Amino acid sequence: MELFTNQVLAGIATGAIYACMALAVVMIYQAIDHLNFAQGEMAMFSTFIAWQLMQWGVPYWGAFLLTLVFSFAGGIVIERLLFKPLAKAPILTNVAGFIALYAIINSSAGLIWDFTIKQFPTPFGSSPFLGSQLISTHQAGMIGVTLVLLVLLFIFFRFTRMGLAMRAAASLPESARLVGINTSWMIALGWGMAAAIGSIAGMMIAPVVFLEPNMMLGVLIYGFAAAVLGGLTSPFGAVIGGFLVGIFENLAGTYIPGVGNELKLPIALALIITVLVVKPAGLFGRPIVKRV
Amino acid sequence: MTLMLNVKDLRAYYGQVQALHGLEFGLNEGSLTTLLGANGAGKTTTLRAICNMVRTTGSIEFDGAAITGRSTENIVRLGIAHVPQGRGTFTTMTVEENLQLGSITRNDKAGILSDIERMYDHFPVLKQRHTQQAGTLSGGEQQMLAVARALMLRPRLMLLDEPSFGLAPLIVRDLFRILGKINREDKVTILVVEQNAQLALELADQAYVIETGRIVMSGSATEIANNEDVRKSYLGY
Repeated sequence: MELFTNQVLAGIATGAIYACMALAVVMIYQAIDHLNFAQGEMAMFSTFIAWQLMQWGVPYWGAFLLTLVFSFAGGIVIERLLFKPLAKAPILTNVAGFIALYAIINSSAGLIWDFTIKQFPTPFGSSPFLGSQLISTHQAGMIGVTLVLLVLLFIFFRFTRMGLAMRAAASLPESARLVGINTSWMIALGWGMAAAIGSIAGMMIAPVVFLEPNMMLGVLIYGFAAAVLGGLTSPFGAVIGGFLVGIFENLAGTYIPGVGNELKLPIALALIITVLVVKPAGLFGRPIVKRV
Repeated sequence: MTLMLNVKDLRAYYGQVQALHGLEFGLNEGSLTTLLGANGAGKTTTLRAICNMVRTTGSIEFDGAAITGRSTENIVRLGIAHVPQGRGTFTTMTVEENLQLGSITRNDKAGILSDIERMYDHFPVLKQRHTQQAGTLSGGEQQMLAVARALMLRPRLMLLDEPSFGLAPLIVRDLFRILGKINREDKVTILVVEQNAQLALELADQAYVIETGRIVMSGSATEIANNEDVRKSYLGY
């Protein structure tokens, strides 16, 4: 029993990483109706920016804020330069765009900062949290940051007119224009926000997985799994999904013979497929009702 | 009477295909005008052209200022509301959020809230369903929601694309009665495109007939209703 509790706790700790990433995934999905495969790389690049700023002597929270601003602006620039021209293109063209972006950012980061692993500081320290060896203060802090982000996003989408306009622009661009919404800028704004949230995820994740250009590869897949499990339309679901994936991954590794550490990633992919087959809207996603 | 909308030599294209061939018409301020025509005559294209949702040449003036070439959202912000064919309901959002979206360009919070209440007076069924996902409404309810959403803009001109489409006759009567009321009481100029010519002519004070992208007849609704050709082609007697 103690093994079980420990594994669940450890799962929650890693789940916080996935939850954070899943939030960014859901954010971009709300804005553009696609999954952005370059999301993880964008987050990684932002984290390198933060690292570089700190190398230049900027204190942690200063670097954190500057990175947020940089990422927000960077997301908008990427949308304006790369994806605005593709706005009317078929989905596959967009997917190719995402993959290109993935490769470009990954290689650029490697070129600028090389592929050696770097330490990334945590603002929360790394002593055991409340005397537990399983969760560190950093992981507890990360869970806290994720939950705060979630609440802010919920308030933004649910109670602000800008949030409503963004949702409208994403779900039905033509109708959105007919009520006077500048849909093109709403999409750019969505990219900016997703990039900023991604940068927070990156800066929270980096102390755990260490900073290097490929750090987000596995994390993004878990993030997708979490978002799909929780429901791509629900930020709340994405966070819950993140924790569930973390727990599930740990339990599977412990109790299913032969899974171990090596087969954890396929477990995430199997989870994505299972959810899409059994409950496509996810646990908390709103199924779209249509009268026929 | 002042001319609110003045359309001259309007041509519209879908790729290589020309859909409008030099359309000319005007709407008087405060009027309720109907545009009649058969399938494919260019009615929907005319409305889409006004809101720059299709490639056009020619001139469209609103309140004496050219609006040609402006983006759709900027044209809407001038006070031109468009109820599109198929209603354009935000199906995943609630009825109330749909109404909120109609007023998204406005900043008067109190006015918006009182307007939502006014819409619930016009269309009581929307009040009953205000927390419901709009996609679950029936066709008639969605059409009412689309009209209400357009009114939330406090438009000066409202364009309606076949509001009667797919609705039961009783509901159509009801809807047209409300449109008449909006036109009289709120002084909203209305252009309604219809295949249901009889009902549209009863409601309207002005009428245009469009055939293959050209206006072929214009006059007061009574004149048009009494015209022999129109009676034979569109009214069926």
